[in-house]
Amino acid sequence: MNTTSNMSTAPDFTRDLEIVAPLTPRQVFVRRAGRHPGFLFGVGVILAITALALLAPLLTPHDPFAQDLINRLQPPVWMDRGTWDHPLGTDHLGRDYLSRLFFGAQFSLLIGFSAMVISGFIGTSLGVVAGYFGGRVDMVVTFLVTARLSMPIVLIALAVAALLGSSLTIVILILGLLLWDRFAVVARSKTMQLRDADYLMSAQALGMSRRRIILSEILPNIMDAVIVVATLEMAHAILLEAALSFLGLGVQPPLPSWGLMIAEGKDFILFESWLIMIPGAALLLLVLAINLLGDGLRDITSPEARS
Amino acid sequence: MAVFFFKRLGLAFLVALFVSVLSFFMLRAAGDPAIAMAGEGPTAADIEFIREQFGFNRPIFVQYFSWLGNALTGDFGESSYFGKPVSQLIFERLPITLGLGVSALIFSILLAVPLGMLAAVNPNSLIDRIALSVSVLGQAMPNFWFALMLIVIFAVWYPVLPASGNAEWRHFVMPTIVLGYYATPAIMRLTRSGMLEVLNADYIRTAHAKGIPVSRVLIKHAMRNAILPVVSIASVQFGYMLGGSIIIESIFALHGIGQLAWESISRADLPTVQAIVLILSLIYVGLNYVADLVNAWLDPRIRIA
Repeated sequence: MNTTSNMSTAPDFTRDLEIVAPLTPRQVFVRRAGRHPGFLFGVGVILAITALALLAPLLTPHDPFAQDLINRLQPPVWMDRGTWDHPLGTDHLGRDYLSRLFFGAQFSLLIGFSAMVISGFIGTSLGVVAGYFGGRVDMVVTFLVTARLSMPIVLIALAVAALLGSSLTIVILILGLLLWDRFAVVARSKTMQLRDADYLMSAQALGMSRRRIILSEILPNIMDAVIVVATLEMAHAILLEAALSFLGLGVQPPLPSWGLMIAEGKDFILFESWLIMIPGAALLLLVLAINLLGDGLRDITSPEARS
Repeated sequence: MAVFFFKRLGLAFLVALFVSVLSFFMLRAAGDPAIAMAGEGPTAADIEFIREQFGFNRPIFVQYFSWLGNALTGDFGESSYFGKPVSQLIFERLPITLGLGVSALIFSILLAVPLGMLAAVNPNSLIDRIALSVSVLGQAMPNFWFALMLIVIFAVWYPVLPASGNAEWRHFVMPTIVLGYYATPAIMRLTRSGMLEVLNADYIRTAHAKGIPVSRVLIKHAMRNAILPVVSIASVQFGYMLGGSIIIESIFALHGIGQLAWESISRADLPTVQAIVLILSLIYVGLNYVADLVNAWLDPRIRIA
């Protein structure tokens, strides 16, 4: 250790080590990921929630739709009167809360992921095209992004969902078509950074078509940054879906979406506040995990971008 | 500066126009407004009557231009649900939403800027960790759930604040916290990274070397430069908060423009929805324009670029 210099200005030794002992990119990734607690936490929680969601039909003790009006509003097991038969209690129609929670995870993940894929496709295409071609194309894309940012998306999403009549597909489409702006911004700036790279010049000199340059030279090189945005936007989409469902314009009853569960529990806020605490805590945990994964990926793939 | 001023004004105008076209056609494409407005079990004659009354039977471009022309004179038509001019409804409700937005922004800045500064001055310290946790949690927290949890804690368990209504300032405490916390992560991250960057600058080292007291260096030399990007993010966040107020106002039963939006959406009151979308976009565009100007005034480099 260097003891003479001030610690806060000491060089980052781990980075020097990686240069001294050459590792493959994958080894560097694994090594850095293993040392990043936020990333590990994010991956762990997401894997756990995904597993619970996929295995929900096998794991859940009850049918999430089966009503049992005699046993309605049973408290979770840790409260008085709680039983292991319904570990998280039952809702206002006597449906098992744990089962609904697990099935609800399917909707959050499905909607978040699908909306992210759609918006990622739109935003990345616009951003790459703007960054690569520049000039007028860039001006148009920048204008579109500015316009998109100026629109109150929650309001528009709600209004369109109300007018079209809400369904799973419609929620996915609305969110996918509204959340592409950050993809476009990041893809554009990353592509601009690459534009003068030597390997793009040589690809051009070799007579590669523009399409091929974009698809096989630019895209793979901006993927790191796009994936980071993708995680953050997936989290964003999950939150918006929950908000839409909470207001009654997202996933429709009797399907169990976490936002909808919070809305249904809202009427029992005085005495059965666990009805809103449980799905809300699940939502918070999932979004937190996805955000930490995204932040972790950014730190790991480009440590120099860490702020 | 004049060139910059007019260039940006032109751009803001174009964006506003484009957004008005987009939101108009998007809402129209989403469904037949006459059927939506007719409600449950309408006859063909009912629908035809509404089409006639609101002019939905005219070509869509004619409808757009007549809507825009009237909107420019402050006439947004008549609300189909409230039976009042839309402009009057909005005029009555806007002050509550703007008041909520301003108090939330102040709350957010008072929380985010000092925390971001302290975090930047002591990187990796306890305060930095706390700041990071506040921002990570703020990004992940569903704001409608946060609102309900505050109600559970401060109105049900420890009844110190009213859960709904807008009669006095106490009604605004919880909505302000919820909405303000929503904007905190972005403002804090930017303050922290801006401050970190500035603290490494040569002129800060020079200031320290001259023997200027640390607090003076931080506030007078570093903060002034670090705060620049915060001006634009604050205006952006204010715009988001106005949009997000729809959820918060409906939870806390604040009779602002957000609740008006929610009521008109659930009643398929298209003229009101369209007017609110346009006005919120215009406020956002206007704020961005002002932020651009303020930034250009604070930092001459922006004017030239």
